[in-house]
Amino acid sequence: MAQVKNRLTPFFENITFDRDDNELVLNFGPQHPSAHGQLRLMLHLQQEQIVKAHPDIGYLHRGMEKMAENMIYNEFMPTTDRMDYIASSSNNYGFALAVEKLIGLEVPRRAKVIRMFLLEINRLMSHLFWLATTALDIGAMTVFLFAFREREYLMDIIEGYCGARLTHAAIRIGGVPLDIQDSFLGQLRVFLDKLPQNIKDYEDLLDSNRIWLMRMEEVGTISTEMALSWGCTGPMLRASGVAWDIRKEEPYELYDEVEFNVPFSDKGDNFARYRIYMEEMRESAKILYQCIEMYEKCEKDGQTELMAHAPKYISAPKLDIMTQNYSLMQHFVLVTQGMRPPVGEVYVATESPKGELGFYINSQGGPYPYRLKLRAPSFWHTGILTDLLPGHYIPDVVSIIGTTNIVFGEVDR
Amino acid sequence: MRAYKPKDNVQAKAYYTDRFYVAPQVPKSAVETDEVFASDLEAIKAKFEVKDAYIQVEQMVIYINAHDIYGVLELMRDELQYTQLSEMSAIDWLAKDNTFEIFYQMLSMTKRKRIRVKYFIENGQAVDSVEKLFRSADWSEREMFDMFGIEANNHPFMKRILMPYDWQGNPLLKTYPLEGDEFAAWYEVDKIYGKEARDIIGPELRDTARVDRYDSERFSRLGFEVPKGTKITGDEEPHVESYQEESGVFMVTKLDKESSKVIDDPQR
Repeated sequence: MAQVKNRLTPFFENITFDRDDNELVLNFGPQHPSAHGQLRLMLHLQQEQIVKAHPDIGYLHRGMEKMAENMIYNEFMPTTDRMDYIASSSNNYGFALAVEKLIGLEVPRRAKVIRMFLLEINRLMSHLFWLATTALDIGAMTVFLFAFREREYLMDIIEGYCGARLTHAAIRIGGVPLDIQDSFLGQLRVFLDKLPQNIKDYEDLLDSNRIWLMRMEEVGTISTEMALSWGCTGPMLRASGVAWDIRKEEPYELYDEVEFNVPFSDKGDNFARYRIYMEEMRESAKILYQCIEMYEKCEKDGQTELMAHAPKYISAPKLDIMTQNYSLMQHFVLVTQGMRPPVGEVYVATESPKGELGFYINSQGGPYPYRLKLRAPSFWHTGILTDLLPGHYIPDVVSIIGTTNIVFGEVDR
Repeated sequence: MRAYKPKDNVQAKAYYTDRFYVAPQVPKSAVETDEVFASDLEAIKAKFEVKDAYIQVEQMVIYINAHDIYGVLELMRDELQYTQLSEMSAIDWLAKDNTFEIFYQMLSMTKRKRIRVKYFIENGQAVDSVEKLFRSADWSEREMFDMFGIEANNHPFMKRILMPYDWQGNPLLKTYPLEGDEFAAWYEVDKIYGKEARDIIGPELRDTARVDRYDSERFSRLGFEVPKGTKITGDEEPHVESYQEESGVFMVTKLDKESSKVIDDPQR
């Protein structure tokens, strides 16, 4: 290919300054290491204080909703991994649950327990990742190394289950594809037994750290009204005084059978959000212990089913496909043409580590969704920066972006 | 004669549907079956016209008039405790009856209930912004404008949000192809290299799964492999790959290509 001269050369003579005040416009990103992705923030500054903030997104836009309209339902599952790629199983789960509600499927109990394992491990992975990156942004390198070490253990467990570390695609519509591996429970127990000490280590490093407290306390305060109005969910909402956790209020899977608390705070600042992430890790560990018990009970009761039985929508188990002609025919139709859910629409919200992850599906009875809307929590957690940042100072920007815990895979979709 | 392809909906379609197939419906139930929804509906009906209301998958769906939306959401927020607008967007029905369906997903945390408020607008009609009631609508309405071209009246900053500001076309319309239109194919080429470089660079290939049979650089000539960069004319002899080891495989007779017959008629 011939060399073509790049025409993106700057031409400064075209810039005119039409304001004679002291306002400075600062471009933060889109390639800033503390922006946690491709976030471009246009900040209007008076001295060091922000007077106006304008978040600009779309640098990672892949048009997932458009892709969904052109894919059969099972085909779309790996695409959902790329939304919140820090905790991809929770996206898989949100989509699977929405389609299951649409066709009215009941998932076998053993699959539910395995899904709970995956969801809570993903929550732990996401929170550890949040802690590591936010601490690193503020300068606490040790916490970053500690938290990534623990996250590595969890990624190993997940890798043993589905073979992938980040983009799991570990959940299917109607259940889970595999039973957990033999070493799963043992490895998980070892991790969970160590976790309280690990969390205490992070807290010892951070809770009384002067720099950490300066960046966290009384910084980025979100009032309850503002959080509700901006559609904040998850830890962002719970830190602002609303104890709303979808796992508790609109329970799905077996969350109504496990005991856990919903930590919340009425402070609304960065520090409150930090405390909530730490407490949620403890609650997730509590849930995982109970899941281990539930799984062992399933095994004792001989509940071995992993996929729902619905020949119209779900392929039969592999053994049936290889031995029975009708199962093979069904499988062939479901793979080549795709399942056809009934005509109707559904909106299903699940509590992902970041907040309310919703899938709106409008089905017209065809193998492709007519309209699929992804409600990603980070989208509004980025939007709130418009109202949250003014009044703060430049060094607070990084810590506020950190505690909002935005992931650009799901902001831009 | 060429097969007729509808231009008003270019999304993927089922290539085969049984002619006697009747799609089942997701069951709907009457609003009266749920006390909370019934009283909410009464409160809304007292002030606004409700065209249709039912419960589907545990959530109430109500259809209202387009011009009532601000009032209905204000009533729901201030009196019925639906304090959060989770989501709003549009559905493209232009191919069917030249309308868009707009939906607002409302959540009440005190009642633990979700309501979907919907209405239809004509193509080209604008909606009333609810950004004054729910700040989250600020970005949702911008996204809807970006993806469908539906404008919101009284919105403070009606600009594209995900696509570039100078983009043309609305990607989520059913008339917009998945791999992008003509504008999309040249957008980055024009921007970075200039229009005069179009002949050298060529349009952007947005369908990465597409296989070009005569491309010798991207491993797409299965069975017709040539050294990299070779100019391809298209009349090369097929190159037959032998997959059996030279020394033979246990229990398998060595395949002799000359003496064996290749069945090339799949309909034999």
